[in-house]
Amino acid sequence: MINSSVFVVTFLAAAVEVIEMVIIVVGVGHVRGWRSTWLGVAAGLVVLAVLVLALGTALQAVPIGLLRLMIGSLLLVFGLQWLRKGIRRVSVNGLRGMGERNAPDEDIPASGVDWTAFLLSFKGVVLEGLEVAFIVISVGLAAQALPSAVLGAAAAFVVIGAAGLLARGLVQRIPRSALQLIVGTLLSSFGTFWAVEGLGIDWPGSDAAILALIGWYVLTAVVYVAVLRRERRPALQEAR
Amino acid sequence: MSRIVGWLTAFGRFWYDFIIGDDWTIAATVAVAILATWALSNAGIDAWWLLPAAAAGIVGVSLRRTG
Repeated sequence: MINSSVFVVTFLAAAVEVIEMVIIVVGVGHVRGWRSTWLGVAAGLVVLAVLVLALGTALQAVPIGLLRLMIGSLLLVFGLQWLRKGIRRVSVNGLRGMGERNAPDEDIPASGVDWTAFLLSFKGVVLEGLEVAFIVISVGLAAQALPSAVLGAAAAFVVIGAAGLLARGLVQRIPRSALQLIVGTLLSSFGTFWAVEGLGIDWPGSDAAILALIGWYVLTAVVYVAVLRRERRPALQEAR
Repeated sequence: MSRIVGWLTAFGRFWYDFIIGDDWTIAATVAVAILATWALSNAGIDAWWLLPAAAAGIVGVSLRRTG
């Protein structure tokens, strides 16, 4: 017998975490290529399954704050590097190439594993997956309805994962320069959010603060693109 | 032995490139901002705003340094 309120609560709470996971995977896959991204996802899911099976309800003892701080800091540093490269490219190329086939980045290996894509997707899957596991265990145990909580989280994975696969087609139309800027914005936003949360500091508005952070980094990018373009204008006029 | 040294060197280089990249000031600023956020928080000051502010600032500095 399914406890419907536990199912709905777990589905909604898990959906928030799975959305974050899917955003990172789809963004990284399109910028760095899908093969290594999927490898990172698979490795992350294996590690997650081993942790859940080995620790069970003792999973709550894992220091999630420290994990958030470490993974958040790394994502932020990496996201800011992409944001900077995206700002520079968009300031030079604009949004040209919308709908055209994107050329691969020069630093992506032609063969073998792209460890950057692997690690980014791996970290996203492990951290978000652990958070979903915590939600399932805490809600399921509190309501004494663990199977309903597991089903709610599984449903969130299926629904949001399918939506992410459908979104791949849309993301493909975005030119690489703009996509790098968008993914840099998202990685920086999630990285900032997790790093500060990992310090034990609460964000105003809780998870909704992620939207404010995305807005903040978009504004930052728009301002810097405008400044770089204004600085380039006299140089271009001189060259003519 | 030389294979192990080569592997360790490549491993270290990968993490250096991954974390530090082509401008070390980004990683350094994030580290300092996180430490400052933690210190302010311990002093009873709500400092969630510090990290996003520092991050936005260092992107501008890094654009100038690598321009």
